[in-house]
Amino acid sequence: MNKSTIVVGGGIAGMTAAGELSRLGVEVTLVEQEQISGGHAACWDRLFPTRRPAEEVISFLREQTDSKVNTFSGRPVTEILHHESMFTATLSDGTILRGESLVLATGYDLFDASRKEEYGYGIYDNVITSAELEGWFKNHQPVRTKNGRIPSRVAFIHCVGSRDEKVGNLYCSKVCCITGVKQAIEVKEALPACDVYSFYMDLRMFDRNFEELYFEAQKNYGINFIRGRLSECSENEDHTLVVKTEDTLTGKPMKMIVDLVVLLVGFVPRSQNTQMLLKLKLITGNDGFLQPEDEHNGDNLTRIPGLFITGAVKGPVTIANAVADARATALQVYSFLHSNR
Amino acid sequence: MNIQGKRNIWKDYQKEIATDRYFYVRSCVRQNFFPGSEKAFLRILKEELSRDVYENASHTTCSGIGYHSDVVPFETAMTMVARQFALMTESGYENFTTSCITSFGLYSEILETWHHFPEVEERIREHLLRATGRTFKKPANLSHASDVIFKFRKEIAEKAKHRLINRKTGNPLKVVEHIGCHYSKMFPSKGVGGAEYPYVLVGMIEEWGGEVIDYPERRHCCGFGFRQYLVKANRGYSLACSKKKFESMAPYKPDFILTNCPGCPMFLDRWQYALSEMEGITYGENGFGIPVLTYEELAGLVLGYDPWDLGLQVHQVTVDPLLDKLGVDYDPSAKFTGKNGIDLGKPEPPTFLKFYQNE
Repeated sequence: MNKSTIVVGGGIAGMTAAGELSRLGVEVTLVEQEQISGGHAACWDRLFPTRRPAEEVISFLREQTDSKVNTFSGRPVTEILHHESMFTATLSDGTILRGESLVLATGYDLFDASRKEEYGYGIYDNVITSAELEGWFKNHQPVRTKNGRIPSRVAFIHCVGSRDEKVGNLYCSKVCCITGVKQAIEVKEALPACDVYSFYMDLRMFDRNFEELYFEAQKNYGINFIRGRLSECSENEDHTLVVKTEDTLTGKPMKMIVDLVVLLVGFVPRSQNTQMLLKLKLITGNDGFLQPEDEHNGDNLTRIPGLFITGAVKGPVTIANAVADARATALQVYSFLHSNR
Repeated sequence: MNIQGKRNIWKDYQKEIATDRYFYVRSCVRQNFFPGSEKAFLRILKEELSRDVYENASHTTCSGIGYHSDVVPFETAMTMVARQFALMTESGYENFTTSCITSFGLYSEILETWHHFPEVEERIREHLLRATGRTFKKPANLSHASDVIFKFRKEIAEKAKHRLINRKTGNPLKVVEHIGCHYSKMFPSKGVGGAEYPYVLVGMIEEWGGEVIDYPERRHCCGFGFRQYLVKANRGYSLACSKKKFESMAPYKPDFILTNCPGCPMFLDRWQYALSEMEGITYGENGFGIPVLTYEELAGLVLGYDPWDLGLQVHQVTVDPLLDKLGVDYDPSAKFTGKNGIDLGKPEPPTFLKFYQNE
């Protein structure tokens, strides 16, 4: 019998791990709760910093998995059990899957922007999230206000639900800064006459070509970056929005009227995981994401031999880093399956 | 605006409000600012709703304004508040209800401090015992008087003589609601509806038939920021704050402003006069100002109380046009007649702000 593994989660990390393990000759079962694989990336139009279509990356991963791994989609896992060196995953329709190892790649949720009550998401029509804006781009939907007007001013708000003690999330979500830069450029490309403002605490351009894109946004697109955290957003009678902040570089309070506010929402631990993971007694960090056994030398390992974690289930991660992490995980799984257990 | 978004937030900020047997503590300043309000609260609770409300004559200031002005140390404020709790305990009550928002904020802050630092509570108990020989139980329930009116808003609606409907047009009256900062901004969970979209006054307005205005400077200070007003040199900031609010709300043509703080109605009312004298500007209809009511005054009007019993004649911005919209049957000639029947004399009209209906 071939060595077997169950990969729970058909996002970037899950698909990558499944594809790599299949290529290594492991019998892989991939479970994805949605009908379509690709996770959050499937909702994206173009990726930072190169702005290549997200579909290219997902198509590549689908080629690695489609017809090569046994895939169950549209059915979330409701329970995972570990007994006598075997893993059992129960799906919502009662299907039971078994494997000698299991990879948890269940990803993350987006921060619920309505929790930042003062920003008015879910209340004021023209306050949207970065995920919604990305959906507009993907569906070739023009950037418009709720009542169909072409916005003349758009404000991006960084760190919504990240690095924010008030909502209990002290961690950085890593990808929002560069997402904000990318989307600001894309709004400017779509609406050259529109003034685009970006309100930030500090910009964390940590990865390759991020800093370059940030400079390009300023130099070639005239995006206005203002260092200041939004204090509140309210609505005018004509449904334009009043944003209040402080420009902390000049030390002055600011009030500005804009047509559209885009909230750059961060990562939060997937709420659906909680009960399932509690049963497995896996350890989470203070941020609520899964804690690996050894953050340096075993960051895909858990306390249960044969149970691996990969991708954003461990915390915010870029797509490139999720791919690298999942490949490393695949090798760990392969080694485990071929070890003298 | 999507009201459902606000309703989702309101669900997260429900608080327990006692239903009877209130130990009621008055505000230091409200009886001067709006003399009929606390009386109306007692009348509504006792006569309309048959509730037990008790006041203790030994009650003093909570020292909240002094505390927030850095004049009274926290330790002193806590000991004074401990004494108020002792009065409640000695009176046989356990539901503490404050008239003042700053008191409510201070009581909330102190109870929260004691919750997290029990050793501080013990120290304050020792201070109080040594100074007065008193001991106390902490309140089982702490509410602001506007919470209590909110709690009984449906009962009041059932007894209503007037709804918040413009009698002439049949349309709901448009209302600006303004919450005192110390109601929920310090502890969002202590206020009905939280801090960003407080529901306590909205609930009354909705229940009694009015329509709430959400305007851009809704959250802005009324002008009674203590450092703006108590420091004389800063009073320009106080006026500027009020002006900013009036200019933001005026395009929505509010019929009146509803408040739940001692300072907010004072400043939103009186500064309309000051601004009119300084700049010749008025914000209401036809040269009048925008009337400013306390929640007790509004509840009293809804219940059909005589506006002059509610003390509405001492408002700087005349309420008469609002009374007409509500269809209140009132005697204009009795407006400046004292309870003892003595003519108190008519106030001199302002230069620009229209004050008398038939000017």
